[in-house]
Amino acid sequence: MAQMTMIQAITDALKTELKNDENVLVFGEDVGNNGGVFRATEGLQKEFGEDRVFDTPLAESGIGGLAIGLALQGYRPVPEIQFFGFVFEVMDSISGQMARMRYRSGGSQHAPVTIRSPFGGGVHTPEMHADSLEGLMAASPGLKVVIPSNPYDAKGLLISAIRDNDPVIFLEHMKLYRSFRQEVPEEEYTIPLGKADIKREGKDLTIIAYGAMVQESLKAAEELEKEDYSVEVIDLRTVQPLDIETIIASVEKTGRAMVVQEAQKQAGIAASVVAEITDRAILSLDAPVLRVTAPDTVFAFSQAEEVWLPNAKDIVETAKKVLTF
Amino acid sequence: MAAKKSQQFDPVKTLSEIEEKFEMFQVLNEEGEIVNKEADPKLSDEDLQELMRRMVYTRILDQRSISLNRQGRLGFYAPTAGQEASQIASHFALKKEDFILPGYRDVPQLIWHGWPLEQAFLFSRGHFMGNQMPEGLNVLPPQIIIGAQFIQATGVALGMQKRKKEAVAITYTGEGGSSQGDFYEGINFAGSFRAPAIFIVQNNQYAISTPREVQTAAKTIAQKAVAAGIPGIFVDGMDPLAVYAVTRDARERAIKGDGPTLIETFCYRYGPHTMAGDDPTRYRTSDIDSEWEKKDPLVRFRKYLEGKDLWSEEKETEVMDQAKEEIKAAIKKADGAPKQKVTDLLGIMYEEMPFNIKEQMDIYKAKESK
Repeated sequence: MAQMTMIQAITDALKTELKNDENVLVFGEDVGNNGGVFRATEGLQKEFGEDRVFDTPLAESGIGGLAIGLALQGYRPVPEIQFFGFVFEVMDSISGQMARMRYRSGGSQHAPVTIRSPFGGGVHTPEMHADSLEGLMAASPGLKVVIPSNPYDAKGLLISAIRDNDPVIFLEHMKLYRSFRQEVPEEEYTIPLGKADIKREGKDLTIIAYGAMVQESLKAAEELEKEDYSVEVIDLRTVQPLDIETIIASVEKTGRAMVVQEAQKQAGIAASVVAEITDRAILSLDAPVLRVTAPDTVFAFSQAEEVWLPNAKDIVETAKKVLTF
Repeated sequence: MAAKKSQQFDPVKTLSEIEEKFEMFQVLNEEGEIVNKEADPKLSDEDLQELMRRMVYTRILDQRSISLNRQGRLGFYAPTAGQEASQIASHFALKKEDFILPGYRDVPQLIWHGWPLEQAFLFSRGHFMGNQMPEGLNVLPPQIIIGAQFIQATGVALGMQKRKKEAVAITYTGEGGSSQGDFYEGINFAGSFRAPAIFIVQNNQYAISTPREVQTAAKTIAQKAVAAGIPGIFVDGMDPLAVYAVTRDARERAIKGDGPTLIETFCYRYGPHTMAGDDPTRYRTSDIDSEWEKKDPLVRFRKYLEGKDLWSEEKETEVMDQAKEEIKAAIKKADGAPKQKVTDLLGIMYEEMPFNIKEQMDIYKAKESK
């Protein structure tokens, strides 16, 4: 086992699948010689050649269309959208085209595309780089949306995503790229899509989170433990489809739940999770299911992002409301 | 590159010089005479007859589709009359292994590529069995989003290049489609990768009601190829021999590894945009219609073939009768398709059903069994 950052684990997963399956192609803006703006594809073009790891012209819609066409020729494309804020340029290819490939072809075609893309706040990017747009993706039937919270999961989830026969949006939180290392096996392994992970067991409250908010939620759980609250933390890992079984089993056990997301409050994943809980477990609840989110503005300019982003303190505050309701 | 300082660059003059070069390419004039002997693709007599047969058949299919739509027996339909040379003659230059990415008006090319007629009718009715393409048929169902097929065509072409296939990806849109970003991204990516793609813009003069001159300041759509660094050609889209010749040449270049071509076929649709309430008299005059009727691809090709003693009224009647018979049989077959169910659609959203779809499947199964 090696100690890896999340970005290294991602490179390792790409390398694993490029080796495993000659139909895997990695492409996008600056992913070739430059190895990507975050070095996620570092060394891959050298190892696997320009035929399989290549730069494209600078146009996100073109990249999405290219992926669809390559999938129609039996390839397993893994394009990179340089920053997920640029997704608006490629919305038709994603939501209008690849997500509907099975539907449109009466189930006779599919698009096994994995779109990788960095997102997430706390790293002082310019506008349109950091926004959490997973809710937008989750609203498109036909897509799966995966957001790892740590290096180990990133590798196993990315390998699963690439092998999946449906289009997967794989979102990589920029703050997690190099913020910590973890033991990551050098051999291949998969983590199933659609399966959440119980990061910490507890009996008084369930915190459901994903991406960078998992770390914040774990910090909050530790704080709360000092006050004798026993908090369970669930990392969704896949936000579409949700792992309802794990969520509901936990809520039925603790009787209290809250959802934490970095995205704005309006619509979005947290709202879906709350709805699923009230649909299925309202009689197990001792308190309303509250949310910790960013405010309903577009992602804050970097001067304001520290306040804008939810953190462990906010989570503790809301958790106490749920715990003492 | 050494800059010429003595002479000032004249961008206006350069543009007009480039635009003048995009003259319309024609082989067969309105009278059915070969006006460009060197460019005559010299099709065999059998091929000439087959091309005529397909165009006549397609005109009948269009007429029947329009009346079936009026009777409520077909759904979405975009008329094709007038565009036979653009559609059928370009398709005539293709091989079975070539992959077609059509716009919604390009049903005829799919049919001549092997899409069963009854499936085209099911597609029109919004039934998913229409879109279940038979094994080995290299096509996508007609695209609804204008221009989306252009970037996908580049992907298919790049895949063919990587697989070392001797085949091309061909895609169609209208002159309105050439205003989309995806049009430019598609031709630009294909040029950058030297991908074996053929991009056809059927300039039928109106994007629904919006006239050609509103779409762009460019004198031709074909010249947009220059910006992408790929060959472009402006062709008489009512001339089957010219359209055939330029598509065949584009295909040869693509197969040789010389990259993509943009073809603008200058043509006209005689009917409305679609059968969903478009009224062309709101934006076209009957004078314009009759101008274009003189250019009818079927008329000029019939004259040409009759002059060579390759076509006759009897032959034409035979094709028309055959078309009508086959259309009748296909509609009957389409009528026999099982009713479309919501559970069918739920079942094809993913390879494996996630929890939400499983639950909804149960709900709709119950609804549908009532």
